[in-house]
This record gives sequence, C-alpha cells and structure tokens, in this order.
Amino acid sequence: MIKPVNYLSKVYGIKNGWSLEVYEREVQGYQAARKALRMTPAQVVDEAKKMNIRGRGGAGFPMGIKWSFMKPHPTKPAYLVINADEGEPGTHKDRTLMEWNPHAVVEGCIIGCYGIGAHVAYIYVRDELHLSKERLWGAIKEAKAKGYLGKNPFGTDYPVEVYVHTGAGAYICGEETSLLNSLEGRRGEPRLKPPFPAQAGAFGCPTTVNNLETIAMVPAALLMGGDAYSQLSALHHLRDGGSRLYGINGHVKNPKVVELAVGVTLRELIYDIGGGVTGDRPLLAVIPGGSSTPVLRADEVVNAPDEKAPLHPWHGQSVLDVPLGVDTMRGLGTMLGTCCATVLAEGTCPVLAMENLMQFYRHESCGQCTPCREGGAWLFRTVTKILDNKANMQELDNLHDIANNIMGNTICAFGEGTAMPALGFLQKFRKDFEAYVRGERTRATATLIPGVSP
Amino acid sequence: MPFALSADRERALREILTRYPTKMGACIPVLHLCQDQNGWISEEVIEYVAHTLDLPLSHVQGVVTFYTLFNQKPVGKHQVWVCRTLPCALRGAGPVLEHCEKRLGIHAGETTADGKVTLRTAECLASCGTAPMMQVDKEYFENLTLEKVDEILDRLTR
Repeated sequence: MIKPVNYLSKVYGIKNGWSLEVYEREVQGYQAARKALRMTPAQVVDEAKKMNIRGRGGAGFPMGIKWSFMKPHPTKPAYLVINADEGEPGTHKDRTLMEWNPHAVVEGCIIGCYGIGAHVAYIYVRDELHLSKERLWGAIKEAKAKGYLGKNPFGTDYPVEVYVHTGAGAYICGEETSLLNSLEGRRGEPRLKPPFPAQAGAFGCPTTVNNLETIAMVPAALLMGGDAYSQLSALHHLRDGGSRLYGINGHVKNPKVVELAVGVTLRELIYDIGGGVTGDRPLLAVIPGGSSTPVLRADEVVNAPDEKAPLHPWHGQSVLDVPLGVDTMRGLGTMLGTCCATVLAEGTCPVLAMENLMQFYRHESCGQCTPCREGGAWLFRTVTKILDNKANMQELDNLHDIANNIMGNTICAFGEGTAMPALGFLQKFRKDFEAYVRGERTRATATLIPGVSP
Repeated sequence: MPFALSADRERALREILTRYPTKMGACIPVLHLCQDQNGWISEEVIEYVAHTLDLPLSHVQGVVTFYTLFNQKPVGKHQVWVCRTLPCALRGAGPVLEHCEKRLGIHAGETTADGKVTLRTAECLASCGTAPMMQVDKEYFENLTLEKVDEILDRLTR
C-alpha cells in the first residue's frame, strides 16, 4: 500500500531547503522541540513509545523503549549519539536527510537529549560525506544563533549542545559499540555487551545510540502525536509504526529515495516507485534492506500455514507482495534492515554478486574476532575459486560450514552480516554455484550488468 | 623536522578539544586536521598528535592503521575513489574503474607518475541510488557515464 508522506522530505529540492528559514516555514520547524521542553522528560519518552518507531538503522529495535532504558546516574552525565555512519552497500537514505533536512536531525537531537536526560549529542558521520557534514554544522550554527541550542534553548534552563564527529573510513563503525570506541578516539573495534550503552556507553557514561533517520523522525511524530503517527503505518498492529524513507537501487529504471508510510510491498517499491526492472527484464532477486539482509528470489512464495504466524495472511502469495516491515521480513527469513532494496535483474550472475559482497566484508572486518577475520577472507577466496572453475563440490559445502561457524561466534553482528548473505546466495542459487564447479559456466561470461550497459 | 600545525589549524584544534570530555576524544578529528595540512600521516604527525593529546605513540599508531582514510604514505595531489561495491557494480562501476585505469595509465591503488592523481576503489559511499559514482577529493560525482568521467579526469590532469 503506497501512501506518500513528506514529513522529512517536504524540504527536499526546495531552494535552500536545508536552511532554518525554510525548515520553520515549510514544516513548523522547531515547534516540536518547544513542545517537548514544556513536557516532562517522562512524558516525552511515553510519547516516543507510542510512535512505535522501530530503529531505522537496521536492527529495528523500538526507539521509545530504548530511550526508557536510560536511568539518571548520580555522578556521570548522559549522552545521545546519532549513528550516521551510513556504509552498508545498498543503503543511501541518511545522506539525503543530512544534505536536505539537517534541521530535523538537530531538532530531533534536542528532543532526544531532553527525553533521556542528556545535554550533549554527537552526530557520528562518515568522513566521506563532506557535504553532509557541512550542512549539519551549518544547521547547528543557525540553531545556536537563534537560541535553540546552547545554554538556554527556547529560554529554558535545559542546556543542549550538538556536535558532529567524523570517523575515518570504517564500515564497522556503524556498529554501535564500535562507533562509541571511535567517538572516544580509539580503533573502531566493537565492545562486548553487556554492559549495554545505556549503562556504559560513550566515555563510560549512560548513552543512547539512535540512527539518524530515527531521530530526524521524532519532531514530526511528536507534533502530530505519537499514536496518530504510528497509525499511518499499515503494520501499526505489529508495533511497526509511522513512515520511513525507502530506497530502491540496482537494476531499476529510476533508483531513488522516497518517503512513504510503512507497509509498502517489494513489488510496489520495485515497479511503482523504481519504475520497473532495467530494460524490462524479468526480476531475478532482491536484497531487501542492505547487503547483510539475505537475498529473496523473485519466485519465492510465502510459507506460513500456521494461523498465528504474522505472515499467515500472505500464505501462498509471492514474497514480493508482503509489506516491508521489521517482523514481516524476519518472517521471510531475511531482514528489513535499512529499507533500501537492491534489485538484481534476470541475467545477473549471483555468484559474481556474492563475490563482490564477500570482498566488501573481508575488507571491512575489524579483525578482532578470528571467525569473522579468517572466515570472511575464506568465504571470499572460496567463492573466487568457484568463479575461476577451480573448486570442487566439497568446497561448495565448506562455504556453508564456514558461514555457519562465523554465526554467533563473534563479539558483534558483523559476523552474521557476513555469513547471512553468503548463506542466502548459496541456498537460493545452489545450481548456479554448481554450474561453475562442473565447468558449465566461466567467469568470462559472468556479468553484473545483463543486457546493455547503462 | 618536527611537525607543527599552522596557526589557523592550531586554533581549530583548541576548539575541537572543547567538544569532548577527554583529550583522546579529539584523536580522530585532530588526525584529520593534520592530514589536511600534510597530505598524509607521517611519523612526525603521529608524534605530534600523541604529544598534543597526551596519548601513547602506540595508541595513535593503532588508530591511524585502523582507518582506511588515513594515508600511511604520501599520495597524489588529487584523490579519486571509484565505488566498486554491488549496487554501483550493478550499474557500471566496473567499466568506470577500467576506464579510469586506462586513462590514467595506473592501477587502482597507484599514483600517476606526475604525482597528480591517486586512484583507489571505495567500499560503498552511500550513493547507491545515483550509481555509478566516484569521489574526487571532497566532492561526489554521481550517475557517471564514461564521457563524464573523461571530463572529470581532464580537469584533474590538465
């Protein structure tokens, strides 16, 4: 069900859309922060729970519940950290927000800080995103000049400061504890949990880490009321509320980022939003929300005969007709992730696609845990051997073993992020892998760009 | 010769220190500041950062080697990164990279003989909706065609 909304995207494309002037004029900018600062922090958190915003960074954890984990510490300050380390292949939504609507992020930070009892928010941005950093700093400066940030925001005595912090090129820093290490000036290696960031996060203090889109959504949701916002979603009954940014990329005619109410199906995203598959080719497969979410084949059918299963209403239908939600995608054995789908047209070599992704994961492993460091490299080497017709069937089975032995044996979820897509490609395209082993296919004819080059 | 920041950057460093509760927090931003001036992170830069932020040399060395964007050796005047990851690859990153290699006469990871351009591959630059793309110094070039790549490289190598 496509329901376009424009809480975040209304200022996209408007002249100086990123400025304070446009933000205040077009979307009642900073009214929500004013409203929040007149409420009690507990009321703000309660309202946040009603929004049913499931974290937009990939894990899908309910934002309001995360905020409620924050308890005041007798001696230590609290921090709000915003994760804008967007680096998952296939994910391209947060960058549009930072470039076009940085004030929504800053206003979200004010509300978030107040709700969780923090006075400082750090926005952790990839260093590569120079325009994003410039726009965010610009927004902070403008808000400060107006007295919306600083010692007395809107004349209250609740000081709030917002800073932009940058990494230096490491995908792992999108993992929240690795991000905290990087913020503290260390190597971006993930930490063991517990303690969770709400107990010991940035600089050893209670910390909430929210995705950038998650926090940017808060002002609009607060203004309209948490419950009303949640009910925009077709999956409100699954506590997956509101609206979100959807991305579509890969083999579609019009790759883009759009804002829609939650509950759009993959078919709608690919054909109605993305304009259909490039060259009107048949659809081979789709990676629903970033490269770590296991691939779905276009010919897969929902198998949920149990009436109590969340996916039962779609039993027997194509996976392309299931609404995109945190729980529905979990039910399909994949994940919603960041809700930016990568489309593969018929003719794309799935083995070559897997090799590309395994090269990424091998490069980006922080190296701390052996199963991830060695296993990731092993997966890449083996899939390369398969493509070069140098592997046997035993090695194809080895791939399953290696991937399974990474899962659950590492400090952070990067290991699963490597193993799950590998297993997805292996299980769903077994015949393609076997064809290389038997020498029926060669790398020379494998392609990622079927038909004509773009 | 020991490394020192210019007066402007020295002021920026003081401001950066006010943002964090610990001096270590400034480690990555200060390394960026130094690289901005020096082009790469030399032994002298590491010593300078360690000394300025009261950190062990090994800590700063560890940070520098962890992150891809800290150059551990001198690089060309311009940096060109071509995104090679799947969403870009599906839309032609391969031909773009090949074209750059052919035009510049170097492989990814190398610098042209005149020191003007360093060509590298990047792992996803969050530009999947506008693929294929490349980053040149601090600027993104998106929805690339080989003609656009030629224009960009012409400007860099002129």
